[in-house]
Amino acid sequence: MRVLLRHPERREIEIAGRRRVGELLAELGLQPEAYLVIRDNRLLTRDALLEETDTIEVRPVVSGGAA
Amino acid sequence: MRCTRCRGQEACLEVRRHNAAFCEDCFLAFFRDQVTRAIEHHKMFRRDEPVLVAVSGGKDSLALWDVLLDLGYDATGFYIGLGIPGYSEPSREKCEAFAARRHARLIVTDLEADYGLGIAETARRTMRTPCSACGLSKRYLFNKVAQEHGFRVIATGHNLDDEAATLFGNVLRWQTGYLGRQAPVLAEEDGFIRKVKPLYRLAEREMAAYCVLRGIDYIVDECPMSKGAKSLLFKDVLNQLEAVSPGTKQAFLFGFLEKVQPLFAQHEAVTLRPCTQCGQPTTAELCAFCRLRAEVAQPKRRRGRRGPQRAAPSPDGVTGPPAPALAES
Repeated sequence: MRVLLRHPERREIEIAGRRRVGELLAELGLQPEAYLVIRDNRLLTRDALLEETDTIEVRPVVSGGAA
Repeated sequence: MRCTRCRGQEACLEVRRHNAAFCEDCFLAFFRDQVTRAIEHHKMFRRDEPVLVAVSGGKDSLALWDVLLDLGYDATGFYIGLGIPGYSEPSREKCEAFAARRHARLIVTDLEADYGLGIAETARRTMRTPCSACGLSKRYLFNKVAQEHGFRVIATGHNLDDEAATLFGNVLRWQTGYLGRQAPVLAEEDGFIRKVKPLYRLAEREMAAYCVLRGIDYIVDECPMSKGAKSLLFKDVLNQLEAVSPGTKQAFLFGFLEKVQPLFAQHEAVTLRPCTQCGQPTTAELCAFCRLRAEVAQPKRRRGRRGPQRAAPSPDGVTGPPAPALAES
């Protein structure tokens, strides 16, 4: 599957085989609380199964700074 | 995974601190309920009261603006151009596009053009952290511009994670002055308008999810100036705790607001007076913003042995901590 990552910089990686969203985040070393996983503009829960042919966006949700 | 609310649809988002998972419709209902609960419980503003919403083009502030409009509030956006190369312009475009799509009013001001204080340059010249200069300038302009346009209340997009991270940072250094002023509502007083945080019950991840579900085009990339900000570290630590023990962030923040904050708030009485230069409230002769402008106007100094100058704690809310995570959302 194609995975679009945006943090720390924008890049795309290829991952072979099917796996669940939770497994993908663990494999990438990403905290589930800090990301959304999106396929075809739909949000996916941890147990959703990702197919080999999928294109996935892993979107960071944490912003910092001051106000 | 099925929605735990309607028990019919496939869930799109887990909210583990509530031991829940929601489908799209039920999540949006949950989101609106949480915002309504915050507004009503803390009497943030009335339904017929115009509200100025501080917007940055990020997920939190656009989600806030969207949900307030959706709930029927009279919400006007307020965008501050920060003069951050490659970032401020697309941020502004997101706000303008949102305003056009929702037929909502947007007020725009520009720190660089209107005040000569672009954040990058200001940070460089004053040796502050960019987040400190940004926070100080925003807090000042929120109050000033709201007053100029006749608003008595301004809403910011601070969410549960922002507030928990701010609390964490202030507890680590026992910043009792800041602890006394951290609340979902700061009441109107002595030249300061009311400031409210209707999103404080909702997590950062839920903001992003709301924007995706509502089709809100927000600026996803992180502010380039916030790299290395302590607020990001604090959020990371709290998220590690949350992963092991869901609900930790909420218990930390809500417990503080209920049991501890009132104790610190009692010790925070200060005397405010108008800044001799701009008339905005301050505890000193010149407010922190006017001091910042004066500092930027001076010839550049060399970095001294004592390193970057720090903003002194000031109860006027104009000088802020160089820390956390507030509304660039």
